[in-house]
Amino acid sequence: MITAEQRQSRRRRGGALVAFGLAFAAALTLFPSAAMADEVGIEENDFRISGNVKLNSEALADVLITVEGNGYDAEVETDDEGRWRVGVPEKGEYTVTLDESTLPEGIAVVDETGADSTPNVKEVEIGPSGSTVMNFFIGRGERNTTSFVDQLVERLVNGLNFGLMLGLAAIGLSLVFGTTGLSNFAHAEMVTFGAVMALAFSGIGLPIWLAIPIAVILSAGFGFAMDAGLWRPLRRKGVGVVQLMIVSIGLSLALRYVFQFFIGGGTEQLPGSDAPDIKLFGSVSLSVTDMVSMAISVVVIGAFAWWLLNTRIGKATRAVSDNPSLAAASGIDVDHVVRIVWIVASALAGLSGILWAYFRPGIRWDMGAQILLLVFAAVTLGGLGTAFGALVGSLVVGILVEVSSLWIPADLKYVGALVVLIVILLFRPQGILGKRERIG
Amino acid sequence: MDLLQILSNTASSVLGPATIAYALAALGLAVHFGFTGLLNMGIAAYMAIGAYGYAISILTFGFPWWGGVIVAILASIVFSLILGIPTLRLRGDYLAIVTIAAAEVIRLLFLTTAFDSFTGSADGLSGYHESFRASNPIPDGTYGFGPWVYNETGWWVRIVGILILAIACLIVWALMRSPWGRVIKGIREDEDAVRALGKNAFSYKLQALMLGGVFGALGGVVYALPASVNPGVYVTSLTFFVYTALLLGGAATVFGPVIGSVLFWVIQTLLSNLLPALVQSGILPFMSTSQSQTLRFVLVGVALMLLVIFRPQGILGDKKELTFVK
Amino acid sequence: MSNSDVPTPLVQRPKSTGLHVGDITPGVPKVDPIIVADGVKRSFGGLVAVDVDHVEIPRGAITALIGPNGAGKTTFFNLLTGFDKPDSGSWTFEGKSLAGMPSYRVARLGQVRTFQLTKALGLLTVLENMKIGAKGQKGENMFFGLFPGFWRKQETAIEEKAMEILARFKLDTKSKDFAASLSGGQRKLLEMARALMSDPTLVMLDEPMAGVNPALTQSLLDHILDLKDQGMTVLFVEHDMHMVRHIADWVVVMAEGRIVAEGPPETVMNDKAVIDAYLGSHQDVDLGVVTGRIAGDLPPEADDLLAEVSELGAATGADQSKEPLK
Repeated sequence: MITAEQRQSRRRRGGALVAFGLAFAAALTLFPSAAMADEVGIEENDFRISGNVKLNSEALADVLITVEGNGYDAEVETDDEGRWRVGVPEKGEYTVTLDESTLPEGIAVVDETGADSTPNVKEVEIGPSGSTVMNFFIGRGERNTTSFVDQLVERLVNGLNFGLMLGLAAIGLSLVFGTTGLSNFAHAEMVTFGAVMALAFSGIGLPIWLAIPIAVILSAGFGFAMDAGLWRPLRRKGVGVVQLMIVSIGLSLALRYVFQFFIGGGTEQLPGSDAPDIKLFGSVSLSVTDMVSMAISVVVIGAFAWWLLNTRIGKATRAVSDNPSLAAASGIDVDHVVRIVWIVASALAGLSGILWAYFRPGIRWDMGAQILLLVFAAVTLGGLGTAFGALVGSLVVGILVEVSSLWIPADLKYVGALVVLIVILLFRPQGILGKRERIG
Repeated sequence: MDLLQILSNTASSVLGPATIAYALAALGLAVHFGFTGLLNMGIAAYMAIGAYGYAISILTFGFPWWGGVIVAILASIVFSLILGIPTLRLRGDYLAIVTIAAAEVIRLLFLTTAFDSFTGSADGLSGYHESFRASNPIPDGTYGFGPWVYNETGWWVRIVGILILAIACLIVWALMRSPWGRVIKGIREDEDAVRALGKNAFSYKLQALMLGGVFGALGGVVYALPASVNPGVYVTSLTFFVYTALLLGGAATVFGPVIGSVLFWVIQTLLSNLLPALVQSGILPFMSTSQSQTLRFVLVGVALMLLVIFRPQGILGDKKELTFVK
Repeated sequence: MSNSDVPTPLVQRPKSTGLHVGDITPGVPKVDPIIVADGVKRSFGGLVAVDVDHVEIPRGAITALIGPNGAGKTTFFNLLTGFDKPDSGSWTFEGKSLAGMPSYRVARLGQVRTFQLTKALGLLTVLENMKIGAKGQKGENMFFGLFPGFWRKQETAIEEKAMEILARFKLDTKSKDFAASLSGGQRKLLEMARALMSDPTLVMLDEPMAGVNPALTQSLLDHILDLKDQGMTVLFVEHDMHMVRHIADWVVVMAEGRIVAEGPPETVMNDKAVIDAYLGSHQDVDLGVVTGRIAGDLPPEADDLLAEVSELGAATGADQSKEPLK
């Protein structure tokens, strides 16, 4: 029997959620009918991609162009003269896509040579001049529409790749929370650290297959240093969990700007990040780098799972993460376990950073911060304190982020994951695999 | 190295609109975190809502400037309700994560090209000053002395900002000495005890969220008054900076936020003038001038860490009164 | 307070009798019940914490809720006071249905509780703690709180009442001290004093003697008896059998979530079901031998059991004429 208050509170919560959802949906659906700009991001950014969409000499207005690359997304519509301009934050490669559904009936992007099966999607590169022009050949003809299923599959594969990479970062964050109660905002910077170290060592001439393991080892060392120099002394002092969280915020700020100090505000690339895409099946095409990334993620996660389940330290880690005082009472050296957790978490985060550098692609001083909230979402969704939960949550978040761009504007694709995070915390704060505890 | 210019810029920042804006936002955060114990990590969203609410109501709907202020206040109250009703029953660090996520959602919504005609997306908003300037009673001219010399618009912005700040401080001071404030402080420490005494703890927390949120939004308005609304400002780092200013001054005091913000901006301005000069005159080797600017943000992060570890009550606070300190 | 080993004989205040209607069994109706509970169930996962068919708490008397650890006493407390939601069940207070009512509303109806782990608000002063306990202070509303004119007079009256109660509890000299500086026992007294500020009808005390210095026990007992003299009903959870025997008019015994017995202290203590409830965990010992009904030998681990039984016997003044236990 549900008591009156349970019913009332459920109604209240449901009502609030409906209101929130309605407001959100209204915001999304009402406004896009307002005209979009023919110029986007021009004042903000220094570099330009522009173009003109015409059928023979007739200008086509309100055609939707999407520009993606280097972690940046933008959408723009052509003006009455068929012109469009997009400002982009850095030089490098971008993908320009013309949405053929916004062309008039019977009109499509055509490829005279017949070799390109998706002539409405083009790669451009901004060179030293700082700007580039991209014009599509428009003519009467068949649309090159990728079937919905093909698009979906492509996003799923991308999402899987992204999710595995998030998983490497999320597992560490979840275990740190489980064993010490700390929501570590500086985890983002540990991700960036791995990428930066890989960049540094490949920059001094080491081959990438050597630079990456060195970067991971250094990340592990960094984690060791932080626990030994900062977190353990604070725990000994008996500093409260909220205070520790604010300390991690300060650390995150400091480290972020230290990275900016050394690599500046731009984007650097790791060697091999421009490997060409190989068509696999349907409309799925991955580069060698992508495939190696996914393989590394799977192997490392598998090894970690084996370690967690079968070794003594792994089991001790699960025990401490579940109930630190009980574990201590059973004779487990909690400090030792926590130290190991920090080392492993940092190593995984560093590796995740390297893979993120290949996925974005590009290394920036704030690249870790860009995904921190997604990692939090993944950890919370899976269950704070559980390693496997973090993995499950990451896969869900990764796939959600990629697949949601089929329906919502590309520059809002992280919003989906964030909304999921909020909703989970409201209705099932222990996540998918976590255990029920008093959250309120 | 022009020491006089550096000191003059630094002194001028004491009265700067950015300082006043931070003071308002920090005051709002003091109500949330210092007095009520709500770990609100989304104060940047309130500032964004204030700034955009103000600018959009002027630019798109043609309101006068004081209408824009009222819209900013109402928008923040609505946001507090949407945010607070589902989430205020969450424990400390969970609330922090939810509020950061909500703030990011707000920022992305302001940034997306989907609403560009209202928000200007990545370009932001500007050109909404006419009505504000028209209401300026100060005749044209430059006034002041020493480092504090501004034209009539500069003074008008500062006067309005300081007036809003003064009223806000008065409200917080009066409320925290009242029985309402007593209940809030009780909730900060132990919600169950207060509930067992017949107080609706949830309702009080919501009221505190709304009150602090209004001050945060007003901070955003003051920030936008002089120049423009730039979406790149309202990022999570802004929340962290406001926390630093708040903790520096004293989280659970009325004047702590003000003092903390003034000190924060004075030090920031000093460093942003001094460090490049030191680099140029060769005193600080191994770095460029732009790197020296980055250095001062590193110092903010380090300062926050040291503050929380060694003096969490800040300058004006009382350590015995803080609940997040064990 | 006497320092000798012989406990000071209590000046017995008269116990309430004739509280029940009909034969004494678990769930017996009362002449004038203040709480009537039906079918209250609460499970945690697979474990049934509370499963009460029917119980009535008599008005104007002191009722003790006893039982071994894990019997569900505190859970039942939490359910009755709105701090936990049952899976099913209903109960009334003064005839009003309370099922599903949030804890703060329950408190406003006149049912006030204390906590096992004292919730004295340590960061407030003793006087502030008392003032929070008061009902109907207009200044606790956000708008009225802004203007002292609305609440000053009430505040003075509340302060007078608070000092008067504090004097009774001998805490008046500490009124300006932070509650955190009080000893454990003093904090218990403060919690009880604070509960009285709202003139409650029913005072529910969760293990009031736990962790209290024996020197203060007498004082606490007297205060609880005072509550009854002032017309309030008292329901308390306790483990201390001496206290239960001395001041309780009625005893309700819970074990494994169910009510196994109730009645005046003397009858309840002799109830076989009660004895079994306390001794039930010792499966391997012959209860017949332990209780002296059968002659026989006892294994060494039964020694602590013997001690417990002797204590029960001594506390209830049971017939010691049987064959002495080996």
